[in-house]
Amino acid sequence: MKAFSGQAISWELREEIVEVELHREPCNEFGSESLSDFERLVAVLPELEQQARGVIIYSRLASGFSAGADLRETYYRTRQMDRREAVENIRQYLERTHQVMNAIDASPLTTIAAVHGVTFGGGLELALACDLIIADKSARFCFPELRLGLIPGFGGIPRLNRDLGNAAVRDLLLTGRSFNVAKAQQVGLVSQVVAEGQAVAVARATARQLRKFDPATTAAAKKFLKPIPYEELRREIEIFCQLFSQPAVEKGLRTFVESSDRQPYLPQG
Amino acid sequence: MRTQQQTVDEILDLAAAQFKVARETLSPDDDFFEKLGINSLQALSLLTRLEQHFNVELPDYELQGISDFRTLAERIQARL
Repeated sequence: MKAFSGQAISWELREEIVEVELHREPCNEFGSESLSDFERLVAVLPELEQQARGVIIYSRLASGFSAGADLRETYYRTRQMDRREAVENIRQYLERTHQVMNAIDASPLTTIAAVHGVTFGGGLELALACDLIIADKSARFCFPELRLGLIPGFGGIPRLNRDLGNAAVRDLLLTGRSFNVAKAQQVGLVSQVVAEGQAVAVARATARQLRKFDPATTAAAKKFLKPIPYEELRREIEIFCQLFSQPAVEKGLRTFVESSDRQPYLPQG
Repeated sequence: MRTQQQTVDEILDLAAAQFKVARETLSPDDDFFEKLGINSLQALSLLTRLEQHFNVELPDYELQGISDFRTLAERIQARL
């Protein structure tokens, strides 16, 4: 299989690079459609790894790379359930999402997230599963989950802790503020900053470079220098589920979903 | 050092250019969500543009409850 076109993502193997395009309106909110599409991708990843040398993930939408988890879907899916059932539902969803993120993280191929605009929550977690983040100047990075009474649930904290200094992680997480590209590059989150609209082109140029290296050497180097923090990832799911069982979360989700506030992606007053 | 008035004027110039509205239709006390017809994601892109232009970091919680250009200019001015 060399190409796939789904509801939320499409991908194509082109010149030894797998290009994964996100295209779920309005801003690639990561919901069940996205998860199913990504599961199809990771199912064929071992086959693609025999033919490809790298992966580029980017968004077709002007609004940004991804606004994160589809909170509306989560809210409407779980609100008719009792809390225990809702937590179990969320746990299964997180388990599936972690399998996808872990497969991308562990792929022997070099993976590049080419991002622009909003790169929030689950969108940032997807970028963090990649080896390199190439960002254009419009990109903004944020983990707004604490505003909802949650922590990131798609592997964000363990991967941030692996990649950045803990002070920067605390700044992002505990304030819930967003970083522009200059700040993101300063703390080591972003490897290259490029002009607006150029992230994918630069990612392709970078991918052409990595095709020159011996695949087995690249795979061995990646395995050695980028360990997957499996234990912390498991703990993240547990903590997320504990928090999700609290009434504050339902209230936070309801506020986000049902509010007519003009600033759902900004901190609430 | 910019004056407060210069900061407001530059914000209005940037907002007009970014969201393609006539500069002369914008004034400091306008509600930028209404006047520019933008949502919170677009407000974040304006924030990014302003941070680049003024070379400041403006945490988005500083925008809490703000919707007029004049107050936005005050928050930026405090970080220049």
